[in-house]
Amino acid sequence: MTLLDVDFDFHYTSGAGVVCRWEDPVGDPRVTVFLGASGSGKTTVLRCLAGLERPQRGHIRFGDHVWVDAARRIHLRPDQRDVGVLFQEYALFPHLTVAQNIAFGARHMPRAAVAARVGELVDTFRLQGLEARRPGQLSGGQQQRVALARAVFRRPKLLLLDEPLSAVDRPTGDELREELRLLIRALAIPAYVVSHDRVDALTLADRTVLIDHGRVIQSGTTEEVFDHPATPAAARLVGVDTILLGRIAAVDDGLARIVVAGQEVCAQAPTDEGHEAALLIRAEDVALARHDVTDSSVMNRWRATIVAHAAEGPFVRVALDCGFRLSALVTRDAWHRLALAPGDRAWAIVKAASIRALPRN
Amino acid sequence: MDWAAVGLTLKLAALTTLVLAMVGLPLAYWLATSTRRWRPLVDAAVAVPLLLPPTVLGFYFLMSTGPNTPLGRLYAQLFDGTLPFSFTGILVASVLYNLPFAVRPFASGFAAVDRRLIEAARCLGASGPRTFLTVVLPLSWPSVLAGLVLAFAHTVGEFGVVLMVGGNIPGVTRTIALAIYDDVQALDYAAANEASALLLAFAVAVLGVTYSLQRRTLAV
Repeated sequence: MTLLDVDFDFHYTSGAGVVCRWEDPVGDPRVTVFLGASGSGKTTVLRCLAGLERPQRGHIRFGDHVWVDAARRIHLRPDQRDVGVLFQEYALFPHLTVAQNIAFGARHMPRAAVAARVGELVDTFRLQGLEARRPGQLSGGQQQRVALARAVFRRPKLLLLDEPLSAVDRPTGDELREELRLLIRALAIPAYVVSHDRVDALTLADRTVLIDHGRVIQSGTTEEVFDHPATPAAARLVGVDTILLGRIAAVDDGLARIVVAGQEVCAQAPTDEGHEAALLIRAEDVALARHDVTDSSVMNRWRATIVAHAAEGPFVRVALDCGFRLSALVTRDAWHRLALAPGDRAWAIVKAASIRALPRN
Repeated sequence: MDWAAVGLTLKLAALTTLVLAMVGLPLAYWLATSTRRWRPLVDAAVAVPLLLPPTVLGFYFLMSTGPNTPLGRLYAQLFDGTLPFSFTGILVASVLYNLPFAVRPFASGFAAVDRRLIEAARCLGASGPRTFLTVVLPLSWPSVLAGLVLAFAHTVGEFGVVLMVGGNIPGVTRTIALAIYDDVQALDYAAANEASALLLAFAVAVLGVTYSLQRRTLAV
């Protein structure tokens, strides 16, 4: 059973465009992230799904519904597709109040029903007391919640979110991302999220679609895509440093022990015990030692086998197998001093503070 | 003061403005949002009266609507009359001549509305007219009002087109601007002075209104 079956070309008159082909199976209400650099065409893909652009060739099917069939000249309008769209920077109507923004999609509904639905959404999205405010008087997080409430007013079958976190700086972004993650889960509507930030894919997405230069270059579960990027372009998008997915075994005083492929990783706790977490480790934060260093402050010491190495300017990039794959970046001097070769055993050392731990699903 | 001319001028200006609101608003919205290839052509056609001497427009209007032309015969069949030298004639000519003065401010106001808001409205199921009335117009009304005020004022002061198309028939097509011309021809400077002062005061008032509207537009 297919949720979304996509195979289309779309080109602007300027020549830029996208070529898309992928299928998403039906699952639980699920989140898919379109990951791509800026200018890669990912927003254009979303606009085609929303019905704001007309593909010149191919089809888009959502379940049994045909949204686009270029050969049969079928192009459903945005409002015929049952989708809720969250626009970049939210596109709230500045001249309308929060309540009027949320109820904008109301059509052929008795006044009382509209008021009841608005009240319900105000509760779900924690907007109590803000109903009469205008968007200009809201914080970024509140604007995001109003925009989501407006998008789901008509109970859409699918949510489309365009760079939901691009408008804010990073600390605020982390907070909003967490809130967005919980809201999307609570809504239980399948969602497609456009993003240039792999952190969004790692925290929000069950499935990831990689888009590069107007083409879908890979799609699959987030684990598949991040563990096995199919091409060098895909590898660049998901990042060359280490990304680990694991389960939080214990949390003690804000510090978590996270189990990854049988190894234990110590990092700041991103969420509670028993939940999934994604760990980002930059290669330059990984040190190597021939022998175990027991008298230092470092919390993470893993037995590792050298898999490969390659010169990178004054540095050497070393691929390690610690039960999971780990990439280390050390100076050429240090590499020669250690006199290590592929197949040798060594210790990989990472401070807990330099691991970025994120909550997942 | 020739009060008949004053009344006729106000009637002409009010009706011209009304017709421009009905025709010009949809036309301007189309110009501001369309991506059709021939949109620039229509845009240019609307702007032609800005550069054309009013007498030229009036001349072609007479040539194409006279009683022996196809348009003239059609009009005679439908309404039993002629367009040249009638009030309807100067109204139609005045609408054509004032099109850019209304449509350009409208269109620039509409174009300044964030496209994403229009798309958001469409995705939320609003039709084109509903989007226009509930999103575009509330966000661009100072430009719309400025366009209407300009068109009204410009019609009040019109001379060439009205003279060419309407002649100078008291009570039918004789506006204040024409009355002033007649007064001067008749060496009645006192009457010309009175009417001229009235138009000058009116022009200053209109400029004050449009400038304050523009400030308001910038402030939004």
